[in-house]
Amino acid sequence: MVTNATSLGRSGLFDWLVQRFSALVLLAWIAWVCIGVIAMPEFGYPQWRALFAATPMQIFSLITVLSLCAHAWVGVWTVTTDYLNEAHLGRTGTAIRLCTQAACLLLTLTCLLWGARIFWGSG
Amino acid sequence: MSQVLISIYRYNPEQDSKPRMQNLEVEAPGDRDLMVLDVLELAKAKDPSITYRRSCREGVCGSDGMNINGVNGLACITPLSKAAGPARKLVLRPLPGLPVIRDLVVDLSQFYEQFEKIKPWLINDEPPPAIERLQSPEEREKLDGLYECILCACCTTSCPSFWWNPDKFVGPAGLLQSYRFLADSRDEATAERLAELDDPFSVFRCRGIMNCVSVCPKGLNPTRAIGKIRNMLVEQGT
Repeated sequence: MVTNATSLGRSGLFDWLVQRFSALVLLAWIAWVCIGVIAMPEFGYPQWRALFAATPMQIFSLITVLSLCAHAWVGVWTVTTDYLNEAHLGRTGTAIRLCTQAACLLLTLTCLLWGARIFWGSG
Repeated sequence: MSQVLISIYRYNPEQDSKPRMQNLEVEAPGDRDLMVLDVLELAKAKDPSITYRRSCREGVCGSDGMNINGVNGLACITPLSKAAGPARKLVLRPLPGLPVIRDLVVDLSQFYEQFEKIKPWLINDEPPPAIERLQSPEEREKLDGLYECILCACCTTSCPSFWWNPDKFVGPAGLLQSYRFLADSRDEATAERLAELDDPFSVFRCRGIMNCVSVCPKGLNPTRAIGKIRNMLVEQGT
């Protein structure tokens, strides 16, 4: 068995299921927002704000942001382990991969917290 | 007789600083179709230093796998008309993604290491019966499309996931054989075999692009076998 400390669940099956489940959540959220917009009698900022003010939508949106972050991390991790390695980049390959993964992780966490603030914040 | 233009990858690491393509023209019979291996033999008659593997010349041994006009295949069962078309120009390169030993001969060590990882033998600790371990016709039928693999490496070396991670991703040939033993009713190591495969690379690095299916000279379907392994992992692991 090949082990890797930086994969999301350290199990190929777990990461694979997370990516597929999160994709379904993202699809459902996009469909829900589209339906919400189509169902609006008039489209404007107050209606848009009201759509996201409902608690079920806030919960759904937070789950979607979490899914987006998990989906993105599995994808980015796969791409970085494919291309940023010692076979392609020489001795510095591992350092470049770890730095890139750290930067992507920070960006993902920032998006997660920012998203939570947008959907749950009072402003 | 008609002329065939062949462009062959030439590289001898002991003499050459980098690979080059050598162009040769050979006379081939115009009244019948030749196989790519036959054309290669004609080229070798002109330049005996051209190096390649070949043995059975009938698609059984799998030793003359090479990249023919951009597509992996066995030279001995690939017709010239199919590979070169009316232009009658052949471009022959070694199987991609593996170190070249010389010209069209590649080092298959990584391919065999991955094959060995999946324990390609029957595991059954029960005392063997007097004659043989029996299977029903239905159980035996499950192995069709799996056991026929000749390990030519055409599929695995056409897979980008293997190019990027040849030390971690088992590859389509190895995974086809892995499923051949997972599907075998006589094998008792299913749980152990699946546990060995449940990491982010061995099986799950397959992105399902199906290059393996399109090049397999035996018409096998490694992508389907990989999908079945995934299903077994889902059943066992969830």
